[in-house]
Amino acid sequence: MKHSRRIHASVAMAALTSLALSASLQAAEIKVGLVAALSGQSAQSGEAITRGLTIAMDEINAKGGVLGDKLVLIKRDDESSPPKGVTAARELISSEKVVALFGGIDTPVSLAIVPIANQNKKPFIGVWAAGTNITKNGATPNYVFRVSAQDDLVDIALIKYAMSKYNSKNPGLILVNNPWGESNEKGLKAAAAAANISIAGVEKVEQADVDVTPQLNRLKTAGADALILVANAGPGAQMMKSRERMGWNVPVVSHWGISGGRFDELVGPTAGDVHFIQTYSFFSPPTPASEKIMAELGKKYGVKTAADIIAPVGTANAYDAMQLLAQAIEQAKSTDGDAIRQALEQIESYTGLIKTYKKPFATPAHEALAPEDYVMVRYDAGKIVPVK
Amino acid sequence: MGLQEYLSALITGAGIGSMYGLVALGYYTTYAVSRTVNFAQGSSLMLGAVLTFTLSTQWHWPVFLAVLMALVLCGLWGYFVEVIAVRPFVKRNSDAWLMATVALGLILENIVLFSFGKDPRGQSSPLLQIGFDLGGLHLNALQLLIPAAGFVIASILALGMRFTTLGKSLLAIAQNRIAARLMGIDSEKLIGIAFALSGIFAGIAGILIAPLYTVSAGMGTVFGIKAFAAAILGGIESAAGVMMGGLLLGITEALLVTALGSTYAQMFSFGLTIVVLCMRPAGLFGKRGVNKV
Repeated sequence: MKHSRRIHASVAMAALTSLALSASLQAAEIKVGLVAALSGQSAQSGEAITRGLTIAMDEINAKGGVLGDKLVLIKRDDESSPPKGVTAARELISSEKVVALFGGIDTPVSLAIVPIANQNKKPFIGVWAAGTNITKNGATPNYVFRVSAQDDLVDIALIKYAMSKYNSKNPGLILVNNPWGESNEKGLKAAAAAANISIAGVEKVEQADVDVTPQLNRLKTAGADALILVANAGPGAQMMKSRERMGWNVPVVSHWGISGGRFDELVGPTAGDVHFIQTYSFFSPPTPASEKIMAELGKKYGVKTAADIIAPVGTANAYDAMQLLAQAIEQAKSTDGDAIRQALEQIESYTGLIKTYKKPFATPAHEALAPEDYVMVRYDAGKIVPVK
Repeated sequence: MGLQEYLSALITGAGIGSMYGLVALGYYTTYAVSRTVNFAQGSSLMLGAVLTFTLSTQWHWPVFLAVLMALVLCGLWGYFVEVIAVRPFVKRNSDAWLMATVALGLILENIVLFSFGKDPRGQSSPLLQIGFDLGGLHLNALQLLIPAAGFVIASILALGMRFTTLGKSLLAIAQNRIAARLMGIDSEKLIGIAFALSGIFAGIAGILIAPLYTVSAGMGTVFGIKAFAAAILGGIESAAGVMMGGLLLGITEALLVTALGSTYAQMFSFGLTIVVLCMRPAGLFGKRGVNKV
């Protein structure tokens, strides 16, 4: 009898110890959330962002974590759908208790998450979606930051590139029919007006469009001497296939949405005709950070060369964004949303993958990257390489 | 906008429209025989494209064999839809097959999403590389093959319905199922065959459209909806009608984009469908039904 009591007591002790242990283990985690397209036409963007965040987190955790705790990534697939993104963001904040959120490629999804982040005082860092209103959302204080390109600035760069590279004086715009396309329509028209050139026309492409020939015919008739494309991989590929069918060899300059999927496979041989913008190229001269990340990409994901990196901009932006967030949490000495926000605005310097950031964020400037960080690239046999 | 642009829109519209028509032929086949519709048609289109891509590109089967196997499986899928999602409800005089076929289509879409992958893939075709100029327009072989295939299949179906024993049996079931059974026609089996045919038609559409589009689990959804609009527009009780309905919808969409720009095209094309239906409820080529009281 005594023996059995002793066994019961030891079982109870063991259970309590394991409970306490698991509680202490849970307390030793700082959760950060990611809401991105992990499936669908932009699935590669979500995978690339996950890789960048994971490599940065593993590096931080190997050095002892943040505030002595380990960083943990909780991912949710928004399927490029704003309602699904909103549900995921709410769940991550209320159930998973994440300290901050990262966003994916889709501007409409990020725009839908912005009010939730601001209401719940959770820092939301965009690492791909470039919609201007994501960070310039009118909220004070503003919990939304970005380590990525911004549409208004990209639009200026695209117009400038079309003019300098192709001597374009009358480009046609072909834009995805969603808020991201609309945001760029305004930006591109303003950029063209500022550069004193005309716009041949504005045509929209739907996510499910099979043939874009009628839209392209309208632009061709209007005398477009170059096309400026703002779309994700699927509709962008449909536009390029229609251009090929028409036999119209007009130059194409594109925003970076096309690099979020298998654009080169979907388009075929003419994928290389598109020159598009990126915030970073792994073909840049190597730095300690890029060498470290290449090694990790090889170890974790079997990446052999820079050309094998899928959607490189997602990995690069996400890596730097995660490092900046970790630095802010350390600086704030707290995981409180408002403290992290203030700390992000007070970061002095960080030497990252894309560049050495000097005061990356301030009030109200929440953009870590500027036009001088943009590079033009193209597909070459399935690989993204800089334009010579 | 010049004549050439409208001619180009006409060819574009005829290509897409024939695809709507092919899928809509499946709606016609099942409706004509059983007064039920296979709303999983979009998923059959997707299945045809996904299977052909998997077998030919990933498993390196000869294209002919891959297409044949894909169509056999699409036919089996159509038959399966009838047995699982239509027959049990029709037997109980219930209209729940409406929801059941939609649900089965969604289930297949999700199975493909997890097995095939979430990334849309690009199907290459040598037909895309065969290009030629026609009246100042640059065309490829696939653009001409698609409408041609649509019309050949619609003609075979129309002739088959009229002149073969199977076709006559199917029409007999449509006219009076009990009388047909008394004449020794196995109506259950033939309705199953009609659903298998509907799956094959959609599969052909999927295989033909894949090189022009992308291959993914969700590729059939919009096609399924538009094809149903085409069937209603043309008159779901006429094979030629649904094919013409598909062509009309495809060409109208392309012409509207050419004339007015892409922003309002969807709104106008579906608006036009509603207007036509208000004026001719049985569709453009359908005959008004007679109710004997």
